[in-house]
Amino acid sequence: MKNKYSIFSLIKNAFSNHENWQRAWRDPEPKKEYDAVIVGGGGHGLATAYYLAKKHNLTNIAVVEKGWIGGGNTGRNTTIIRSNYLWDASAGLYDHALKIWEGLSQELNYNVMFSQRGVMNLAHNLQDVRDLKRRTHANRLNGIDAVWLETDEVKKFCPIINTSQDIRYPVLGGTLQKRAGTARHDAVAWGYARGADEMGVDIIQNCEVKGIKRNGDTVEGLETSKGFIKTKKIGIVAAGHSSVIANMAGLKLPLESKPLQALVSEPVKPIIDTVVMSNAVHAYVSQSDKGELVIGAGTDSYISYTQKGSFNIVEETLKAILELYPIFSRMKMLRQWGGIVDICPDASPIISKTSIKGLYFNCGWGTGGFKATPGSGDLFAHTIANDEPHKLNAAFNINRFVSGDLVDEHGAAAVAH
Amino acid sequence: MFLINCPYCGVRDQSEFVSGGEAHIARPKQPTELNDDQWAEYLFMRKNIKGIQFERWNHVHGCRKWFNVARDTSNDKIEKIYKMGEQPPKI
Repeated sequence: MKNKYSIFSLIKNAFSNHENWQRAWRDPEPKKEYDAVIVGGGGHGLATAYYLAKKHNLTNIAVVEKGWIGGGNTGRNTTIIRSNYLWDASAGLYDHALKIWEGLSQELNYNVMFSQRGVMNLAHNLQDVRDLKRRTHANRLNGIDAVWLETDEVKKFCPIINTSQDIRYPVLGGTLQKRAGTARHDAVAWGYARGADEMGVDIIQNCEVKGIKRNGDTVEGLETSKGFIKTKKIGIVAAGHSSVIANMAGLKLPLESKPLQALVSEPVKPIIDTVVMSNAVHAYVSQSDKGELVIGAGTDSYISYTQKGSFNIVEETLKAILELYPIFSRMKMLRQWGGIVDICPDASPIISKTSIKGLYFNCGWGTGGFKATPGSGDLFAHTIANDEPHKLNAAFNINRFVSGDLVDEHGAAAVAH
Repeated sequence: MFLINCPYCGVRDQSEFVSGGEAHIARPKQPTELNDDQWAEYLFMRKNIKGIQFERWNHVHGCRKWFNVARDTSNDKIEKIYKMGEQPPKI
């Protein structure tokens, strides 16, 4: 049983110089056999394990991670959470996640620093205005809070934006989702890891999957760098490396893995208390609690697993940021990094069974998976436990690429994929 | 970020080019005879290889010609550049 985190535990541990905190999760060696194994110890994978144990009583399970937990895209994203997607299926999926976010810190007894500071999407041309207004109406029909803001209201909500009509891409308005916001990305992985570990889930780090053993159309287990693990159910949550693992099982996925970059500035005093995204000029910005501006750039056009990305992509984004926020012109950027995002042709994820019994995929989140972490874990756990999708992820099955029933969210993404 | 030796223009920065994805995916000769699975395979399914991958590139801010590249996606090192219509090299 884990000790509860509270103000009292904080005070108590202060007296022992914070040297006697209980370990948040164990570091076990893999057992010979598990009821299910999750491949990938990012937020989505750990959340899947957590909900498998909590809601479906599957506690003899493991999460295997080739590096350290939360070291992939969970630690590389820009932490934006929103649910203002266009189509009904996406609205259901992302708002399910947003509703879990709203109570997540309490549920996990772990402060994920969820901050509903609002997310504003800017329109820079007539087509943007039409698309975003349409999206606002669609959101409201789906019960998602969304409002349209005229240019002066945009300025009022975020005064540092340059709303002059003389700039190259003038701000013609925007949408606002007030329930949207940000969260502390590492804390999400750590909170789920701690919660899952408490229920008996083995979190095995530095354990790389080398192969998937099949007997005909049924999975039998995993070859890993720590030996063979026997299991009847394997949930793959490997983000950018999903295709690599699918290849081990003899499957092909409709994914392309590309570097997506982000960068942060030097820390400054509070200057922007919301998240502003702009599709047309491809720039989005928020400010972390440490004071750094967190800036998201675009993906490269080519497939790469290098976690780097090209300089010209960053340059484009910063040009746009400077035009929209002249106040940032003298800020220095501190760090830049890349993550490998697995992008589906319709820019929607896959949470699905496969043609191989016992093999499940949760992938294709592309450039925007962080926001869905709790919902994705919950629905993927349901899919694995019942061998059937939940009604909220039924549309996100892999067969949609055969039936043609795509969930095309290219237009509704806040930035171009 | 890397350089690409365009077979028509010479060495240029990668930002002058755009990737057209996986190469050697032949358009079906008899589209009407394909079933849905075969269409899905042709349209959407990709190898997405970590390692040497054959792909198409276009020198979009230059000669605007297409050509093929054999590139290691794990380190962005280009192994071979060859023209459209040529067979992939053995690497």
